[in-house]
Amino acid sequence: MTEPLDWYEFGPVASIPRQSARTTRTDAGQIAVFRTVDDRIFAIPDRCPHRGGPLSEGIVHGHKVTCPLHNWVIDLATGNALGADDGCAGRIPVRIENGRIMLGLTRAKAEVPGD
Amino acid sequence: MTYISPRPHGRPERLVVVGNGMAGMKAIEETLERAPGRYAITVFGAEPRVNYNRIMLSPLLAGEKSFPEIVINDAGWYEANGIVLHQGDPVVKIDRERQVVRSRAGHEVSYDRLLLATGSSPIVIPVPGKDLEGVVSFRDVDDVERMLDAASAGGNAVVIGGGLLGLEAAVGLQARGMQVSVVHLAGWLMERQLDQAAGFLLQRELEGRGVTVLTEADTAEIVGTERVSAVRLKDGCTLPADLVVMAVGIRPNVDLARNAGLEVERGVVVDDFMTTSDPAILAVGECIQHRRQCYGLVAPLFEMAKICADRLAGIETNGYAGSITSTKLKVTGVDLFSAGEFQAGDDCEDIVFRDAARGIYKRLVIEDGRLKGAVLYGDTRDGAWYFQLMRTGEEIAGTRDTLIFGPAFAGAGAPANPSQAVAALGDDAEICGCNGVCKGRIVAAIQSEGLTTVDDVRRVTKASGSCGSCTGLVEGLLQAALGDGYEASEVKPVCPCTVHDHDTVRRLIRVGRLKSIPAVMQALEWRTPDGCHVCRPALNYYLLAAWPGEYVDHAASRFVNERMHANIQKDGTYSVVPRMWGGLTSPKELRAIADVAERYRIPTVKVTGGQRIDLLGVKKEDLAAVWADLNAAGMVSGHAYGKALRTVKTCVGSEWCRFGTQDSTAMGVALERLTWDSWTPHKVKMAVSGCPRNCAEATIKDFGVVATEGGWDLHVAGNGGIKVRPTDLLCKVKTPEEVEEHCGAFLQLYREEARYLERTAHWVERVGLDHVKARVVDDAEGRRALYRRFLESQRHAQDDPWADQTVRGTTRNEQPALLAAE
Repeated sequence: MTEPLDWYEFGPVASIPRQSARTTRTDAGQIAVFRTVDDRIFAIPDRCPHRGGPLSEGIVHGHKVTCPLHNWVIDLATGNALGADDGCAGRIPVRIENGRIMLGLTRAKAEVPGD
Repeated sequence: MTYISPRPHGRPERLVVVGNGMAGMKAIEETLERAPGRYAITVFGAEPRVNYNRIMLSPLLAGEKSFPEIVINDAGWYEANGIVLHQGDPVVKIDRERQVVRSRAGHEVSYDRLLLATGSSPIVIPVPGKDLEGVVSFRDVDDVERMLDAASAGGNAVVIGGGLLGLEAAVGLQARGMQVSVVHLAGWLMERQLDQAAGFLLQRELEGRGVTVLTEADTAEIVGTERVSAVRLKDGCTLPADLVVMAVGIRPNVDLARNAGLEVERGVVVDDFMTTSDPAILAVGECIQHRRQCYGLVAPLFEMAKICADRLAGIETNGYAGSITSTKLKVTGVDLFSAGEFQAGDDCEDIVFRDAARGIYKRLVIEDGRLKGAVLYGDTRDGAWYFQLMRTGEEIAGTRDTLIFGPAFAGAGAPANPSQAVAALGDDAEICGCNGVCKGRIVAAIQSEGLTTVDDVRRVTKASGSCGSCTGLVEGLLQAALGDGYEASEVKPVCPCTVHDHDTVRRLIRVGRLKSIPAVMQALEWRTPDGCHVCRPALNYYLLAAWPGEYVDHAASRFVNERMHANIQKDGTYSVVPRMWGGLTSPKELRAIADVAERYRIPTVKVTGGQRIDLLGVKKEDLAAVWADLNAAGMVSGHAYGKALRTVKTCVGSEWCRFGTQDSTAMGVALERLTWDSWTPHKVKMAVSGCPRNCAEATIKDFGVVATEGGWDLHVAGNGGIKVRPTDLLCKVKTPEEVEEHCGAFLQLYREEARYLERTAHWVERVGLDHVKARVVDDAEGRRALYRRFLESQRHAQDDPWADQTVRGTTRNEQPALLAAE
């Protein structure tokens, strides 16, 4: 990554139920932020590398999510498709500060379109 | 060097066994293996049944096993080996001079060799009320039957004694629906096998299951007039009790030996070759005392049985040197292993590992560079390996740093592969503690008899045939021996997160009264922290079906369609299908649908195969508003997205059709009102045709009804999908009420028996139409019970999800725009 990261506040950890995701819209498309059963937070673009399915609607298990369209399983830490499938959804750096989720984005990408 | 003593000429020697329990019969099995035909054997047993596996009484109590499943040797075995068995007839006298025993029934039998295996009796603490009705011990099948009798009425049980047996009794009774308290004298549970920390973890686990645990509690009195009503403790506290189980320990049965003048202390004294003070008389099992030790666990009995058999077969050995014992608690979902010494002395060092979040505690005790004891809680996979290290007394200095992580780390870079871990064990490592089978025996059997499956190994060696907890180790041995030639057992696990198949999971959910997904995963030892997209929806369904009205649906374990109450489409939009009862609609409903389609710019409106209207391309953020508008016009969710009742398709029937014989639309509406919003293993489609022309295509539905002149034909298990399967005729009935009762009963049977994602067609093909007919048609009482359970479940189910505000909330999962940080 060449451009330096800026940190943006997404919201409190508690705003995402365990084994679920919440989303936010940015210039670079929708981002899905996941909270796993062991309270880890991960953020990846909300698009399955297969056919663009909304990963935020998938079943979250371990540090993985299963895409609701065709059951591709995506590793939340890397964005990579697991098993026989090949592809990467991408990954967004996450930091937790005082219980609040911070996403690391380049400034241009964080602007919300139209708002 | 070994030698076999010459067999005496003429008749076989007469061997009489007193006691038909595990130790005696193990000794006989081993003797028959070593010296077939040498002895004419007579067995006297006090219990009126064949030889069974006493350590399986806990699973019997918990309902995980039935009596035939815990039988070790059935009547055929005694017959095949020419053994004369006197059941329910204990020996009352030994005449050592004449070498004759006499039984209670008056049988006199002469012996050349006599084997005492009289076992032990439960200790009854001498408190007032100990003889009241409802006070039992936990020792044999009769005790279990008495406990089950009491449990069938519910109420309170008090278990006196928080040792191995007491806790297994407590959990079994709790699973049978009783309120259970455990009264334990020591400071923590199983104080002879556990240290305080592991005892605490165990107590917390049991309390989490609803068992009350009182430690440092001493019983003063059992209260009651004829039947027990309470237990009073010395601190004055009184516990209500409809059943009291005394499980404070056992005492060797020595009266017979003592009366015969044999040397007896706490037990019948034997030397290293299991021989008593009379050289013609041997003894094994819980009745003996060897080097001042008495044993109450199964593994030592098996070791004694082998030495005893060697002696009887004339094989010279080094004799029995006593046993290091290991313990496993046979409570589903509690992993507990303890072996050797762990009350650390001054010269001992401890290695301790804790992972509180996962409930894991491991402690190893080391003395003089050797492993002396181990307590494992929560993860006992390495128990066999530690136990082996203790028995061999191997130096562990070189591996000490990683010892706590088990054999996977012990060798340099050894892989963490279970089948390789088992390959690393020595030949005399015990694999099956229940049946005393070591690794060498299993490997030899695999090789010499060409065994290829776990069932084969079970049949030939009995390994993993009892509690089954070593099944994984046996699979590992098969895999190591056969390599790629090994195909894992036919049991098809739900998914890679578990070893259990669907049917086992369902059964254990009910038996273990497991009521949440984490509870199931904990109890059934899921390999992943929270399952996967395959098992979680299945567990959610099984729990919903098992505990209607009690289990709280877990949205995060449902496929997105069932969470959104709409079908996700390839572009991430949704389709919405309102319910049209029996395919009937009205101008008002059609107008509302038209308004919704225009208002939310829904691009496609289509009539479905199930006689509904599908609104395709609804944006997620519009879902809640679309539902609200459809609700306002009186429409509810059509469940076109669910593993649930989808549609009831109908023809117009006798109301309009000149061929119609019955009112098929009214029947269809009634069936849909009956069954809507019921969750099922897979989707369910129904149809009602008003005459045999069958315009509603009822004979390719899960449940199809075809009207005839005299009534209704009921068809089941049809499917119009990838492979068209016409229905089977279930039966013919006369009245609409009968149609409803059969429909509800059929669906309930499907809900209770089918595996998740198994359509009725596949289920009926698997279990057979005859089975379904037997349950739904032939057994009227059973059918009504199924129907009642269906209605009970529906009572909790029939709420329109679209009207539920919390459901509407689940569609709103977008956060506000990002805020730049300082």
